[in-house]
Amino acid sequence: MFSFIGRSIVQKIITLFFVSVVSFLIIHLAPGEPSQVDPMNPKFTPEMVERFQKEFHLDKPLYVQYLYFYRDLFTGKIVSWKDSQSVLTKIWERFLNSLPLFIVGTILTWTLSFPVGIRSAIFRGGIYDRSATFVSYLLISIPGFFFAYILIILVVTTLHVPVIGMETFGLGASSWGTTLMDRIWHLLIPSVLGATGGIAVLSRYVRSQMLEVEGQDYVRTAKAKGLPPEQVHYKHALRNALLPFVTMFGLILPGLIGGSVIIESIFSWPGMGRMAYEAILARDYPVILTVNFVAAVLVLVGTFISDLLYLVVDPRIRL
Amino acid sequence: MTNTQQTLESPLAPKQTRLEELWELFRQNRLAILGLIIFLFFLITAIIGVILTSGQDPVFDPAMIRLQEKLLPPLTRPNIETLQPAEIPTLGIYLLGTDDLGRDVFSRMLQGAWVSLTVGFVAVGISVLVGIFMGGIAGYFGQGHLRYDQIIISCVLITGGILLALGTTYTGVGLLVAGHIYIFFSIFSKKILARRTLPKWFNLLHRGAISIDTIIMRAVDIMLCFPTFFLILTVVALLPASMYNIMIVIGLTSWMGTTRFVRAEFLSLREQDFVTAAKALGVGHFRIIFRHMMPNAIAPVLVSSTIGIAMAILTEAGLSFLGFGVPPPHATWGNILSDGKRFIFDAPWLTFIPGIAILIVVLCFNLFGEGLRDALNPKLREKG
Repeated sequence: MFSFIGRSIVQKIITLFFVSVVSFLIIHLAPGEPSQVDPMNPKFTPEMVERFQKEFHLDKPLYVQYLYFYRDLFTGKIVSWKDSQSVLTKIWERFLNSLPLFIVGTILTWTLSFPVGIRSAIFRGGIYDRSATFVSYLLISIPGFFFAYILIILVVTTLHVPVIGMETFGLGASSWGTTLMDRIWHLLIPSVLGATGGIAVLSRYVRSQMLEVEGQDYVRTAKAKGLPPEQVHYKHALRNALLPFVTMFGLILPGLIGGSVIIESIFSWPGMGRMAYEAILARDYPVILTVNFVAAVLVLVGTFISDLLYLVVDPRIRL
Repeated sequence: MTNTQQTLESPLAPKQTRLEELWELFRQNRLAILGLIIFLFFLITAIIGVILTSGQDPVFDPAMIRLQEKLLPPLTRPNIETLQPAEIPTLGIYLLGTDDLGRDVFSRMLQGAWVSLTVGFVAVGISVLVGIFMGGIAGYFGQGHLRYDQIIISCVLITGGILLALGTTYTGVGLLVAGHIYIFFSIFSKKILARRTLPKWFNLLHRGAISIDTIIMRAVDIMLCFPTFFLILTVVALLPASMYNIMIVIGLTSWMGTTRFVRAEFLSLREQDFVTAAKALGVGHFRIIFRHMMPNAIAPVLVSSTIGIAMAILTEAGLSFLGFGVPPPHATWGNILSDGKRFIFDAPWLTFIPGIAILIVVLCFNLFGEGLRDALNPKLREKG
């Protein structure tokens, strides 16, 4: 057990090192220099460019830049090229903004997909199952931005509530009830959008997992000895079908950074994804690299947690 | 003689070929058939579209600007008096309306279909090729070990190449030459050194360091650590805008799944009797891999690549939407939607037409892929 944990941590650190090297190379070997972002700007005199390059070690060879960058990252001194603010504080602020979206989205995903998936597995081939299947394909296939606009039109024209941004501008001095409702309305659509894909995929997965367990001998035995169907489905089948999902708790961690770029830019939500998008537009390498690094750390921590959970949950695995 | 042969063969020969059997199973899935039909329709549309909208004097001109006819809803007749004869749309009607510059949305959709199609197929083609290659090596040759000297020499060669590219000529050339000398030396070393006892450190260099399987699977792990869409966005934003860059980038960031499938299949196929038999007959590695093992391993790859096409189309649309897609004035479904979003309340068709088109095409690939998965899945086959 401990040797497994030790080995896995060493392995993950090595992986992380290679990720850092590869992402650094990708960014720096791409054509174009960060100092060329705005060549027409009269303020960008050659002296300025030179000072800029000195400041951020851009005149050094690549491996020295790499060392400087990760030294700054680990000592927390890394600063954005755009506004010279600390990258870590910036990311932390944006992270706090993204967090509610992520939490609400995750709760929606996990609470909705289980009932849907279980029900379609129990009534396999029925009208409910078939329509649920079709709807989930529809939700997987719909482009997120298109769906966002449909929802915006629907909500704005029928409910007359504001949806863009994190809060209504200039609402400062109203009662806390209004503020709360305002925040909830703003939160609702982006998180529903973030959850749709997850619900569709996860409910399909729940369904197939349930179907597999329902075909097992012990479920047939339980049915044969005359247990009520609820007990068979929820006690005998579901508990065993849940096993893979416990480990998936670790894998939702990367979603903190992942696919929210489009949604956050449509809704002008000042979160991580939008910050990353702006950083890409401005060629703000420290921010891009740090976001990438944090994302990789989250993926590795996520897989580590899911491995551990599997160890705890599944008694068949012994190391 | 013929009688005995018949009695021997008749119970053995399958009634249907595998393909017919597959088709039989596939046909029962109505949604999958629907997906296939839509896909064929889309294919034909895209091919006709690229023929009719390209060239000097296209039949449907997607770039024709008519400012006096802007933002007309679908099925409007053009105002003939205000237009030059060349500006009148080919069909005599704006089938899908016009956009904010008065361009015919129908022509633009036709042009965009080709982009979606090629991005989907080329990106997935790249990812499948890389995936099969890596997975095949990991699964078939995976137990082989790289030796320390091989690793050191390849590091030396790569460093030499990079130094040469960066302009440090002498060190670069020196490293390259040293590397090549060592390669020649190691090729002929068996003859040269056969009689002598080797020093200890030399044997240490020839020890296996790390298996090929480990290297490839760690590479997969590394690639899986990147947030995919963010990585694609970064690379596409940094590279010059072009359709081919997008295809390559999407392809190179999505081969990991295929690699895993192929490796797993190969690991189990390698132990089977027909592969042992082929080896015993002296069949070469290449032929074993591509003639004997690949047809048995291709099923999950086929399914995942069909769904991969759907994902690639969505990714391309997302990139176009964010403004990193195929550069204008070339129309793609993503950038028609992206341009139309400013007029979402005045001209909703500019949002809905491309959106629904993307939805239908992606849906058809997903349904087709799932149908294929069901048809290929032996477990479900028995249950019928």
